[in-house]
Amino acid sequence: MSRVLLIEDHQTVRDGLQLALSRQGHTVDAVATGEQGLARLRTTTADVVVLDLMLPGMDGFEVCRRIRSTGDLPIIMLTARSDDMDVVAGLEAGADDYVVKPVQPRVLEARIRAVLRRTGGEPGPSGTEPAVERHGGLTIDRAALVVTKNGAPVGLAPTELRLLLELSGTPGRVLSRQQLLEAVWEHAYLGDSRLVDACVQRLRAKLEDDSAAPVYVQTVRGFGYRFGPL
Amino acid sequence: MKGLWRPTGLRLRLLLAFASLGLTTTAVVAGVSYVQARNVILQQAQDSAVIRLKEQVAQVTPIRSLPPTQADLRKIAADLSDGDESALVTYHGSNAGDEQLSAALTPQLQAAVSSGQVVWQRRATDGHPYLLIGTQLMRTSDEGDRYPSGLEIYRLHSLDAEQASVDRLASLAWLTGGLSLVLAVLLALIAAQGVLRPVRELGRAARRLGDGDLSTRLAVRGTDELAGVARTFNHTAERLQRQVDELRRLEADARRFVADVSHELRTPLTAMTAVTDVLDEEAPRLPGDAGRAARLVSQETHNLTRLVNDLIEVTRFDSGTAALALDEVDVAEAVRATLRARGWTDQVSTDLPPGTLARLDPRRLDVIVANLVGNALRHGAPPVSVWLRADPDWIVLTVGDRGPGLDPQVLPHVFDRFYKADSARSRSEGSGLGLAIAWENARLHRAGAARGSLAAGNDPAGGAVFTLRLPRNPLDPQRPDAARAGVTGGRP
Repeated sequence: MSRVLLIEDHQTVRDGLQLALSRQGHTVDAVATGEQGLARLRTTTADVVVLDLMLPGMDGFEVCRRIRSTGDLPIIMLTARSDDMDVVAGLEAGADDYVVKPVQPRVLEARIRAVLRRTGGEPGPSGTEPAVERHGGLTIDRAALVVTKNGAPVGLAPTELRLLLELSGTPGRVLSRQQLLEAVWEHAYLGDSRLVDACVQRLRAKLEDDSAAPVYVQTVRGFGYRFGPL
Repeated sequence: MKGLWRPTGLRLRLLLAFASLGLTTTAVVAGVSYVQARNVILQQAQDSAVIRLKEQVAQVTPIRSLPPTQADLRKIAADLSDGDESALVTYHGSNAGDEQLSAALTPQLQAAVSSGQVVWQRRATDGHPYLLIGTQLMRTSDEGDRYPSGLEIYRLHSLDAEQASVDRLASLAWLTGGLSLVLAVLLALIAAQGVLRPVRELGRAARRLGDGDLSTRLAVRGTDELAGVARTFNHTAERLQRQVDELRRLEADARRFVADVSHELRTPLTAMTAVTDVLDEEAPRLPGDAGRAARLVSQETHNLTRLVNDLIEVTRFDSGTAALALDEVDVAEAVRATLRARGWTDQVSTDLPPGTLARLDPRRLDVIVANLVGNALRHGAPPVSVWLRADPDWIVLTVGDRGPGLDPQVLPHVFDRFYKADSARSRSEGSGLGLAIAWENARLHRAGAARGSLAAGNDPAGGAVFTLRLPRNPLDPQRPDAARAGVTGGRP
């Protein structure tokens, strides 16, 4: 199955989650601090990181930023509260998704699977549809999952890429936050729209010439987001 | 007294008091001085006129023989007249000099002069004051006796100069009065300011204190009664502030304690929750009691998790950190999704007109609907129904059942925390916070001063009815891009 790096300082929580995820068939590597987690990533590989935000020493946000700066490894954060600034800050630091403690093992399992599906390739376009699309200065290769802007490749995390593919699949059509949550995050029901907002912000930072005046991913107030029109 | 007008403001009262005091004093002083000075001036004028007349009369050429001839009379009259003084000389019916004067002589005056007195009289002609002096020329006999000669002399002496002096005095008095009135008003204003400013400050401070600003204090100036009042006010405010601070601190401590306990419980619960799946899966394979025990631990872990989550939710409402995540929602679709997600679709009859859009927090709506419908399914009797109505500003969602309804004694308490209508009800049915949380969630939605609401009641036809009212377009302070234009960035 997949390799999960679990960074959690409480030993019982660590043990419990390791036990639960192992029984789901994951290979779980559990460490207690952010420093250990970053060190582990240098020596071994992982498919997904489950990261507690409240850590002694280097906090979860910093760990999140460092992992994000080195690659597109998916990150799911464990947070104590769902309503507070932790979630927003974690998403801004680059987390792909979050779960609230105490978390049901099957919920965490579902989020891990969803995030891993985003990393994997999308089934190639069927029929004669061209795989490479051009939108202004942007080129999106749906088969190779490569995005270039003015010829230069843009490094997108899996969730950002999925969001871009979803939006650009129907240029000019408005997609609601809930629609995007279902399509990209696979939250079948009442997801947190802040996930979408945070991801859109990150996407804009990478794609747009001016994040404050976006061209590609536009906000439609009261409804959601729209790709273009260019 | 009813009809009497009473000045109300302290400032006006002080002003009137000072003004009347100033006016009265000035009027008395100026009036008395005026009358005195006027009398003195007139008296002096009169005396000097009389003396002068007597001296002049003495110098008149002695009458050689009586009766005098008309020429004698004319000569005497001419001697006694000059620029603005005219004289009349009479002797037993024959006159010489100012003939007009003879018309003005009264019999009483003539009688008095005939008897040898020197008479004077003040009179005015054409607005000009005059002094009329009358006397009789005396003769000295060869033996040295003086006797009246029957020759009467009247002289009119102008008092214009004196009148001018008196007029000047009067205008000086008026001027003094006016100045002192102005001065009195100024003094009154200053005095009123001195008294009114502290009083007004006290009023303002008391108002601020009443509005809840307990740190309000007054500056204590001087040692008078007003300073005493200010000191008392400060003392009272300080005591009040200390007690309120103490109460707030106690309340905050209690709330923080609940929040801390809830959060502390979360870590062990996370570990326990993580392994409940293991317990559930292994329970059937465990022998007898161990299997039952494993299932019980798993079940209660879920209940405890729910209680702790609800407690944390409640502490968030109490501390004011609960935030709305607003979204444009098709309410009918959202309600259907809530029912579908919990497998209640077949047990609930719905009347949900499609296309009812509202801007609200979909997760909080889900919590409310799940609580209300869950309650109805547990405690009421089927059929449980949900119906939605809307006007331009509000959506109204009603959840009803056909059970026995709510006891009227219970009604005021249904949204209280941990309130159990039936003390025998087991705790596993809920945390006891569900309706309280639903109520808070409803109130969190607001449009201006108006807030969402959740109310409980009984249907006259039987059964409990819960009515949820939420604003369709509540203010949204959370999402900054909601304040921007319809489409940001791109072309519209």
